[in-house]
Parts: sequence; C-alpha cells; structure tokens
Amino acid sequence: MIAELGLAALWLAASLAALQLLAGALAVAGKGGDMAGLVRPAAVVQGLLALMSFAALILLFARTDLSVLLVATNSHSAKPLVFKIAGAWGNHEGSMLLWVTVMGLAGGFVALIDRRLPERTMLATLAAQAFVSLGFYGFLLMSSNPFARLDPAAAEGAGLNPLLQDIGLAFHPPTLYLGYVGLSVAFSFAVGALITREVGPLFARAMRPWVLGAWIFLTLGITAGSYWAYYELGWGGWWFWDPVENASLMPWLAATALLHSVSVLASRDALRTWTVMLGVVAFSMSMIGTFLVRSGILTSVHAFAVDPERGAFILVLLAIYIGGALVLFGLNAASISEGKRFSVVSREGALVVNNVMLSAILGVVLFGTLYPLVTEAFDTRVSVGPPYFNPVSAVFFVPMALVLMAGPLLRWRQDNAGRLGRPLIIAALAMMAALLAFVLLGGGGTLALIGFVLAGGLAAASVMPLKGRNLRRTPLAVWGMVVAHFGVAVALAGMACESAFSVEKLVAVRIGESVVVGPWRVVLRGVEPVAGPNWTALEADMTASYQDSATVAVRPQARSFWSPPQQTSEAALVTHRFGQLYAVLGEAAEGGRWQLRLWWKPFVTLIWLGGLLIALGGLLALTSRVAFDMRRGFARRRIVMRREDTGR
Amino acid sequence: MRLLACLLALWFAAPAAAQDSMPPAPWAYRQLDDPAQEARAQALMETLRCLKCQSQSIADSDAPMAGDMRSQVRQRIAAGEDPEAIRSWLIERYGDYVSYTPRLTSLTWPLFAMPLVLLALVMLLLRRRLRKGDSA
Amino acid sequence: MSVPPPLEPRRASPWALWLPLILFAGFLALVIHGLTRPGSTEVESAMVGKPLPAFALEPAVFDRPGLATADFKVGKPRLLNIFASWCVPCAIEAPQLESLRREGVAIDGIAIRDRREDVAAFLARNGNPFARIGKDDVSAVQLALGSSGVPESFVIDGKGVIRYQHIGVIRAEDLPLIREKLEEAQ
Repeated sequence: MIAELGLAALWLAASLAALQLLAGALAVAGKGGDMAGLVRPAAVVQGLLALMSFAALILLFARTDLSVLLVATNSHSAKPLVFKIAGAWGNHEGSMLLWVTVMGLAGGFVALIDRRLPERTMLATLAAQAFVSLGFYGFLLMSSNPFARLDPAAAEGAGLNPLLQDIGLAFHPPTLYLGYVGLSVAFSFAVGALITREVGPLFARAMRPWVLGAWIFLTLGITAGSYWAYYELGWGGWWFWDPVENASLMPWLAATALLHSVSVLASRDALRTWTVMLGVVAFSMSMIGTFLVRSGILTSVHAFAVDPERGAFILVLLAIYIGGALVLFGLNAASISEGKRFSVVSREGALVVNNVMLSAILGVVLFGTLYPLVTEAFDTRVSVGPPYFNPVSAVFFVPMALVLMAGPLLRWRQDNAGRLGRPLIIAALAMMAALLAFVLLGGGGTLALIGFVLAGGLAAASVMPLKGRNLRRTPLAVWGMVVAHFGVAVALAGMACESAFSVEKLVAVRIGESVVVGPWRVVLRGVEPVAGPNWTALEADMTASYQDSATVAVRPQARSFWSPPQQTSEAALVTHRFGQLYAVLGEAAEGGRWQLRLWWKPFVTLIWLGGLLIALGGLLALTSRVAFDMRRGFARRRIVMRREDTGR
Repeated sequence: MRLLACLLALWFAAPAAAQDSMPPAPWAYRQLDDPAQEARAQALMETLRCLKCQSQSIADSDAPMAGDMRSQVRQRIAAGEDPEAIRSWLIERYGDYVSYTPRLTSLTWPLFAMPLVLLALVMLLLRRRLRKGDSA
Repeated sequence: MSVPPPLEPRRASPWALWLPLILFAGFLALVIHGLTRPGSTEVESAMVGKPLPAFALEPAVFDRPGLATADFKVGKPRLLNIFASWCVPCAIEAPQLESLRREGVAIDGIAIRDRREDVAAFLARNGNPFARIGKDDVSAVQLALGSSGVPESFVIDGKGVIRYQHIGVIRAEDLPLIREKLEEAQ
C-alpha cells in the first residue's frame, strides 16, 4: 500500500510539474491569462508530493518491505536502522528520487518566498525549474520506478555488502546532491532571466543564496570525500585527479566562479552576461559529472556500478537542458547589456581575474579528464594524471592567488593601487618568511614550494580586510569572506606540507622491534586476531611516541570479510599538532616478521581543516544574506500592513 | 566516490580473481637503502598506472602485479637505470596507458596546446574587459 | 525597485555567444562516440610484431622443462599461454588448449606467481597441454611481454616474433581465430 501511495504521489508530482511548466510558459508568452496564478501553488504542491513519495520510500526501507524490488535488492533485515534508511538513496532509483524531491522542495521554496524578482522572470524561472524536474520525473517513472513490486516477495534482502555500511558513504552522496540541486535552482534562475532578458542586481540577489548553499554542500562533499579516501584506501593519498574526483571538482570550480561573479552583479550591476553563462555552466558541470560517473564511460573500474542505458538517459537530459539553455544564450545574450563599467584596479577587476582563472582551471580539468576519450576514438589509450593536472592548474592558480591577496582590500568601481602599498608589503614579507621556513625545514618540490609561499602570503592578506574594523560590528558577510580565504591558505599549506615533508617507512619487523618514522618511534608489540560482526581481522598492537614523549596506542587492522569475501586494511591514525601518523598492517613476512606501512605527514589535517573553514566562511556569508533578506521581508510586510491600516 | 567504485569493483571481481599465495616480490614493500634512489623510485611509481586496478598508481595499490612492478622499478633504479628509461621501457610494452605523465605525441599535442590556448584567451579576455573598463 | 535601464548596449560578437554551444556539441559528439563504440577495457600489449624479449625461466613443474626465448626460434609457430593455478578462468580454457594440442599445436606455458605443487595439482585436475612451463614468480616476463593479466595467450612465429595477443579466456568460439593466427604465423 505504501509503495502504491508513493508511486501515486510521484505521478501527481510529475503532472503538477507539467502543469507548472505549461502555465508558466503560457504566462511568460503573455497568453496565459489567469494561468499565471497557478504557477506558484503548483510548485509548492509539487514539492510536497515529491517529499511524500520520498517519505514512502524511506518508510519501505525502514520496514524492509521485501515485496518491493528496490528494497529486496538493496537492503537486508539485519542492517542497523540508520543504514536501512541510508539504503533508500544508496542506489540509482532512490538517489534520483532524492534528487527530484530536493529539487521540488527547492522550487516550492522559491515560489513561496521570493518576491524580489519581476513576476515575469519569476514565472519563467519556475517554468524552467519544472522543465528540469520533468526530465527526472520521466526518467524515474519510465525507466527506474523505485516502487516496483516483487512478486513473490523475497525471503531476505540481497544487499549486505559490509563495506558500503559506512557512515561516510551513507551521507557523502546526498551532500553532493544537495550541491547539485542548489546549482539546478541557480540554472533555473539563469534560464528565467535569459528568457525575459532581465538580468540585474535583483536577479543576482535572488540567485545568490542558492549558489552559496550549493557551494557549501559541494565544499563539504569534496572535503569529506577526500578525507575518506585518504583513510580508507590505506596508502595515504588524498587526491589523485581521478575522473570521479574531477567530476566532483568541476561543479565546485564553476560554483566558486559563479559565487564571486554573482556578488559583483548583486552589488555593482556588472558582469551580467558572464554571470548568466556561469549559472548555466555550473549546473552543466554537475550534470556532466553525474553522467561521467554513472555511465562508466571513463574508468572501467566504474563499469561495474553503472548502467550505460541510464548513462544514455542522463546524457539525453543533459543535451536537452544544456543545449537548450545555450541556444537561448546564443539568441538572447546579445541583448543583455554588459552592465556597469569599472576600472582595472577595483574589486570588480580583481573578481574578473578570479573568474577568468577559475574558468581556465575548469577548462583544463574538463579537457584533461575527457582527453582519454578523444584518443580512444583513435584506438589509443592514454592516461592523464597528476603529473599533468598539477602543473597545468598551477599556471592559472598562482596568478589567481596573487590577485586574491589584494582583491578583498580594493574598493568597488575604482581604486588607487598606491593605497595598497602597506598591506601588500606585509603579504610579501609573509611570503618571504614562508620561503625561508620552507628552505630551513628542508622541503622539496617546486609546486610544494610555490604552494607554501602562496599560503603564507594568503594567510596574512586574507585577514587584512578586518584591519581597522570594529570586530563586533564587522558584518557577517565580511567575516565569511575572511574565513573562507583564510581557509584557502590553510588548505594550501596542508597540501604543500603533505607533499614536501611526508616521511614514508615500509618495513618488515618482528614482534618487539621498533621503527623510527620522522620524529616518531613506533613499537610493534604483537599481532592478535579480533572479530567484528561480519569480519575477522588481524590487529597490530603498536605503541607510538612523539620525540620520546608519552606513548599512544596504534591499532591498524587487516580485515577479512566473509560475505562477500574480501580483504581490507583499516589504517590507524594518530593526530599530533595537525600532523598525522598513519599506520597500516600488511601481510606476514618470512621469519615471523610483519609488513608495516608507516607515514608521518606533518600538517596534513590542514587540508581538510582548510576545506571546513572554506565551507564555514560560506555558511557565515549565507547567514548574513538570509538574515538581511528576512529583515527586509518583514520590513516590507510591515509597510504593506500599515498601508492597509491607513486605507481602512 | 572513487573508493565506492573501487569497492564495488572489488566486490564484483572477487569471485573471478582469486589471490595467489606467493609472497610479494622482494622490493614490493621494501624501500631502497639509498634515500635519493628511493625518492626517485617513489616519484616514478606515483606516475605509473596499476594495470589491474585501472584507476590507481602502482605506488598506492595492493594488487600483486602492482607490487611486482614496484619491485622491478626499485631494482632497476638501484642498478642505476634512469627513471625515464624505465618509463619508456614500460610504454614500449603497454603503450601510453601505463604512464600518468602524457608524452608529447601526434595524438596528445592538444593536451599541451590547450593550456596555452586558454592562457592566450585569458590574456585576451582580461585585456579587453579591463581596458574597456578603464576608458570608461 | 525595477531592473535598471540597460546601459548603452555593447554587443559581444555573435560568434562568441555561440561558442559555448559549439563546445558543448563537441562534448556531446565525443561522449556519444565513446558510448556507442564497443568499449575495450583491456590493456593491449604493444609488443605484437616485435621479437620476444629475452628471458629464461625455471621449470614450473618437475615433469616439464623450463622456458626460454631460444625455445621459440625453432622455425614453427607456438602458442604461449600465460596462466596461474589460482586463476579461476584459466581452468575454463583448459579444454580448448587441450583440443589445440591434439591438433598438433605446440603450446608453452608461463605460470604467474605460482608454487610448483599448486601448478602440478592444477594440471592434474585440468589436463596438461604444455610442452614447457616456465615459472614467473615476480611477473617479470609478464611485464616484459606487455601482458596485464591471466589468462592471456600469444602466438609466436618460428623466428620468435610475437604475432598475436589474445586477452582473456580462449573460448570454443575463439578457436578458429587462434588457428587462423597460428596459420598466418607459419
């Protein structure tokens, strides 16, 4: 019964989306008459129906209703409840349903809250949003019905892959999805504005919270994904420019550029066409990323988890949405004026450099990721990896980072470069200090050196906008910017340190022997078998002491799962002053020895700490914007009410 | 998400690819005594592709074949061979696929031209945007 | 508040405005080509057409000799099969190798990362079509051949030149192709 209700709600939501699209399109064309009044309510109800449908799926998974095909193939009655619920979106159908649900809710929210945009642009935006949703509804209802029944019901669920029961895995994909959906809202705004050609500060202010929100989730998703790969894969790597990693990075790069150009548009009414273009590009990148991951077109490793047919479906949606938006752009962008002018030395000028450089990095990453496909068309397989991406993205990152030191200090429209003399000298001194520190500490590697020096300069420059301000009265938005930029410096420092100062030790030791890794002394005291709910493991009993201080226990495991049979290594991590001792237990070697892999990675946690700071900065900025909008909304309502009073 | 893919791959591949019972190759999990040589070997290994896992370098893979490749790389470096000669030797056998560092060939030149084109485009765009603004 | 009046419209060249669409069309063409082309996920050896690398392997079992490059320069084509006792698909191709042997094809094997007793047990179970079997404990010869997995088979001509590589199990339907390649290598 619940499954049927869920399916019915999904069909109703889809028909409301169709209505929303139709009414919106007619109204925008000026033929709708009373139809315009239908658009907003349709958007709200559509969101609620989608939510109902998703709630039904959650309920089915929570109860492990094995008469539903999706539950039977992806769950198991013995799973802990949290993983049963997470199982609802841990598969293709459920994740698509989550996508339309969040998208529907976002559309409903826009319809309910936003009164800033000109009504016609608003209707066009909601129609665009309905158009995008309709594609996903069609996808769900036609080829991936999450509520399909299984007759007869299964006796037990199939999915009990223990490794997929990881709390990180349960919440990593929805985090990225929230980011993607946020960008889809930004996309709808861009398309709406392209249709009515009304691009201005109001449009930017309506779009900004969605871009900020999406960007926060993308930042968190990438940060968490990177940390998780770092500790799970057992080799201490945190980023490898793998196609799937790039697929998550590209929307982030586009969203970062969009975030900055949208604030230029909001405050200064400049960069109109460019912002609209970025709105389209950012969502394209999320769709392209999803397509690359789902279709398995790039790495054969992914060929197991994917279905080329579904990949093709996503590609069709991608072609319709993005192709359509770009045609609209080609037709209408010429009549959108450029907006206000500004001088080279101005906040806008700096932000243009930021935007152009980010776009260039995006271009390089996209090109490098897709290039193996190009050569395969000529029957040659090539690999494009870190030795390509690192230096090539650095070419564009370095000038961007240099401009970033000065940008936040500049005034809008026009500024005098001479005014920045002192702050820039301080930043230069910080860079020199960083250079000296790097050389004294014996760091190696050109890119690491550049990164470290830039991090020094950025750290000093990023807090300078606070100089001369009353810290209590400093607007949250400024705090957000400072924290996020400081986060960039922190992450950059972490990356540089990881690359320059990591110490690796691969050894085979007997029980009782000790190993020195950098400042650490690690003793292997024993190896014992331990058992978990669905695995057995060999666990190394080790102690570690930092420069002969008190010892800490380190217990890496080599786990064997029996259903399905597979081996994993569980690294043990000891964090000390932002650095981490990373220990992995390998196989038994001859002569009663054990293989150990040990790393000392000074300051490595700064990478993810920086990522968190960047997201926190976004959150502060978002809070300030939302608070501002709400205050204004209340004020406006009060004015309206007062007017009504006097009218009476 | 790369991890997810690896896990799924492992999961599905498990029945087909049983593991051998041989100990790892001598230098698969052992560093060279000379730190300079080890650093050279490590730098090379990080840019060679594990042929079994398809999405990892041999420097961070537990696949036995990756271990055998590491062992061979370390032995050759210890024998004084140049890292780039080892890379060429592998490319001669497996094609460009085995190396994460693309070579400049008739098929890969766009990879190197692209950043230059972008750089030129960036310069052009910035000059146009900013100079125009200036004159206003 | 309404949208500010457009400030002296400055039109970008129409060419630039259509550029994103052109790039996107290029992307679509590329991935559609990638999706429709029957994808090869195998890493092919670049050694086909080149002479066998020099190697000399210890015997993998006691009743067959080991294998060296010189063993192939005998004027007649031979099939070189890369296998392992721990490789499940390798057992599947055993009947096909056996039927080739009965047709008079000379087959040599290289056992990858294997123990003598395991190879012997594997051959006792699945039959032994090999004239010689070399033992490659650290995949050294496998790497030299440009082979990336087990099972794989190479057709080597009488001068010791690699003429063909077959990746994966030789199934019954692959036999005509293998025979043809052996014929070509005469």
